[in-house]
Amino acid sequence: MARVSVTVDGTRYVDEVEPRTLLVHYLRDQIGKVGTVVGCDTGNCGACTVLMSGPDHVARSVKSCSVLAIQADGCAVTTVEGLADSDGTLHPVQRAFHEQHALQCGFCTPGMIMATVDLLRENPHPTEAEIREGISGNLCRCTGYQNIVRAVQQAANGGAAPSAAHSAPVESASAESASVESAARPVAHSPAVTS
Amino acid sequence: MTATIAQPEVGRARLRKEDARLVTGRTRWTENITLPGMLHLAILRSPYAHARITSVNTAPALDRPNVIAAFSGADVAETQGVLACAWPVTEDMVAPTYTPLAVTEVRHVGEPVAVVVARDRASAVDALEAIEVDYEPLPVVLGLEEALAEGSPLVHSDKGTNKCYTWIFDSAEAGTGGNAVQAEADAEVVIKRRYVQQRLIPSSMEPRSVIVDPSGGEWTMYSATQIPHIVRFLLSATTGTPEHKIRVIAPDVGGGFGGKIGVTPEEWIAFTAANRVGRPVKYTESRAESMVSAHHGRDVIQDITLSARRDGTLTGVSVKLIANMGAYLGVVGPGVPLLGAFMYNAIYKVPAYRFECTGVFTNTTKTDAYRGAGRPEATYAIERAMDELAAELGLDPVEIRRRNWITHEEFPFTTVCGLVYDSGNYEAATEKALSLLGYDDLRAEQAARRASNDPVQLGIGVSTYTEMCGLAPSRILGALRYGAGGWESATIRVLATGKVEVITGTTPHGQGHVTAWSQIVADQLGVPFDDISVLYGDTRVANKGMDTYGSRSLAVGGIALVNACEKVRDKAKVVAAHMLECSADDLEFTDGAFRVRGNPEAAKTLADVALAVFTAHNLPDGIEPQLDSEATFDPSTFSFPHGTHLCATEVDTETGQVKIRRYVCVDDVGKVINPLIVEGQVHGGVAQGIAQALFEDAVYDESGNLITGSFAEYLLPSAADLPTLEADRTETPATTHPLGAKGVGEAGTIAATPAVVNAIVDALRPRGVHDVMMPCTPERVWRAAQDGSGRGSS
Repeated sequence: MARVSVTVDGTRYVDEVEPRTLLVHYLRDQIGKVGTVVGCDTGNCGACTVLMSGPDHVARSVKSCSVLAIQADGCAVTTVEGLADSDGTLHPVQRAFHEQHALQCGFCTPGMIMATVDLLRENPHPTEAEIREGISGNLCRCTGYQNIVRAVQQAANGGAAPSAAHSAPVESASAESASVESAARPVAHSPAVTS
Repeated sequence: MTATIAQPEVGRARLRKEDARLVTGRTRWTENITLPGMLHLAILRSPYAHARITSVNTAPALDRPNVIAAFSGADVAETQGVLACAWPVTEDMVAPTYTPLAVTEVRHVGEPVAVVVARDRASAVDALEAIEVDYEPLPVVLGLEEALAEGSPLVHSDKGTNKCYTWIFDSAEAGTGGNAVQAEADAEVVIKRRYVQQRLIPSSMEPRSVIVDPSGGEWTMYSATQIPHIVRFLLSATTGTPEHKIRVIAPDVGGGFGGKIGVTPEEWIAFTAANRVGRPVKYTESRAESMVSAHHGRDVIQDITLSARRDGTLTGVSVKLIANMGAYLGVVGPGVPLLGAFMYNAIYKVPAYRFECTGVFTNTTKTDAYRGAGRPEATYAIERAMDELAAELGLDPVEIRRRNWITHEEFPFTTVCGLVYDSGNYEAATEKALSLLGYDDLRAEQAARRASNDPVQLGIGVSTYTEMCGLAPSRILGALRYGAGGWESATIRVLATGKVEVITGTTPHGQGHVTAWSQIVADQLGVPFDDISVLYGDTRVANKGMDTYGSRSLAVGGIALVNACEKVRDKAKVVAAHMLECSADDLEFTDGAFRVRGNPEAAKTLADVALAVFTAHNLPDGIEPQLDSEATFDPSTFSFPHGTHLCATEVDTETGQVKIRRYVCVDDVGKVINPLIVEGQVHGGVAQGIAQALFEDAVYDESGNLITGSFAEYLLPSAADLPTLEADRTETPATTHPLGAKGVGEAGTIAATPAVVNAIVDALRPRGVHDVMMPCTPERVWRAAQDGSGRGSS
């Protein structure tokens, strides 16, 4: 067993782990961060994506199935459970995914959101092509990615929807799930605007 | 009594209630659930596609750390039950015994052979290597035509044949149309084509997972399934466990696409293991296990013949299929081709039709429903063949369709299969799509590129589809020999404070039922959207249901919901009349309240009535103090959405690279409850249809090993692989039920595949190309571009 000290979503954990333990299994099985999920065995799907920052304190996305828990020793890890403010206010990327209907079953969503956070850190104003390339390490089977692209565009635009045109007025589901009413949506048949 | 409302919820682009937990990671996937005392299961699987099991020794596994139990199929042969096929499509269908764990023989790579139960998953998986299994390899058969050939190795030697069934529909015999053989003999033009639907893997992002808790003489199963009700029924029926002692819960389920319609070996094995150790047992598959053990889809060889006059008018359609069942029969596997059987005539006025399908066993993973189930195959074949007919006659692909489709004045239209299409407007959807695409301009560009011999050619693919969904009228299912009905159930519980709990027998796994059902009920009962909860996916809560598949939830379950609301209103009206001291006949339900006709200020809302019923201090004589109601709806017919999908591709003849430049789809799914959700369903469906056309292919080597056994080889498209989708709608309401809605879950997948391949072939047609096999990889496209008339096969 090896001892690791990892800060996850702002809380420091010190644990004994088997050297072979993957970060994703450490997160899920040892500290109960089951919001981060496993979708494949080969690093292809990205469902397990989290942010990890090392000595340079830059939080970069990693596929936590491809990182050993012991490699995270001394690092800070942010999962989808640590993104929202302590008062429950959603992170702009979480909000954008909700408002752009960028998720259906939601299984890829934690990884997709974390990958988006990192994409926008590196490139705050990506083009549509850069967005598609930037999230191409994360697979989604439900959405065809169209609304995920829109969500990334909304998050990049500081919360504004990617186009001023409306196809249908969008309304908030409830106070707990969104704080912004009537986000604008692009016309359904217009190609998504690139910024 | 109907509800009228000034500002209806139905039709609004409500953001989803479901999202709050999903975007914050507070989700109950089966794999996230931990029960007290829970143990973990790992499964040893066959490395052979066909072999006799001569011995299994699980004892060494028991010496490994943390191992609690280990057993083989032989150890539980008497108690493990069987996996039933619910759709014996013919009286003489060959249905081999399908046991959860193989006992004497394995028939595909990945078939479960033995298990270990341990205190943690890693220990269970580690201990698998200690199990000793001796196999005696047997001859393997993989190809469909090889399996039917004389002298082929047999997948099930005791059956004496690899043929599972042959099922025939002939419109002349059925009395619904003419004789297709005669039509072919008399035809001025005959188009004969063979298409191959490659094998696909549904690949929901959440792997399957199951927990069985056997505590207290009852069995609770948590499973990542689309069909908890059917699992409960079949677990009871095949293990002898009393149905009322079984509770099946489908918690949050991460996608299905048909891949989680199953009664799976893993569920039954977990049940057996939990019984052996007397404690809760969890199994979650790895993706590698999922690829070889969860059922696959499609894998059909299609021979289609169109008979026509020289003006392009169809005079007959004949179809002959060979469908790969795999090594065993899935729960509805044999019936999947039948779901397409009545769709090869599509949107066209076909006077004569014959369909024949032969199901075949091979040493491969079983096949079963995958998004569209039978209808994508049918739509692909007819829409590809219609383009071939157009090319043969020198007609534009849109024109050949115009000359044959049912016009909007002709609805309701009885098809050559005897189905009555209730409504549709193919002209309107097509016109809108052509206009959005700028069809004429692209045809001009195509001509210019052809004239200049541009190495990058432009192709335009047309797909005008309809489908039968909203599964399904129970009588028709019975006539097709399916083992269950197609009704759906809904319950409304009105709480004392006027809040409402809705219980649905449908089992969503990403479709947004909680949001859409809330919108429907809000209008029906005058209750705010946020005051409605929707409960589902637990047989103890939603005790009746037929679950979610076949684009049925709204088209069938939604009607049950409307009917249940009507019963609530009828009950509440009597109480409201008593409260308002008027006759119930003087009340109408408008804008969310019971109002006295001519005096709308005199009103009682459902919340007013609910409180009065809760206190029950002053109810009319003989009135029960509750407003709850339940309704079960059995549809009279299917749902027939339709639409026109257009795909413009740039095909690089020097590299074989295909780039989708534009993808325009105009779908008509009738009345829309929530346009956001509809659009999302179309996007996702189209993506899967494009994926079949261009990327996905489950491939076996000659020994029967799946060589596309991970997402590194089985190519789910990423965002970078897919185009911007331009989705629009027309709205022609269904006329067969009060909601007017039609199914949408499978429409995109059904429509998209032929649109893409038609576009590729269209680009290369001047080079003599009339087909490219799916998936249209750069190599196949390049070969087709080089060798002209070739099929571009590898």
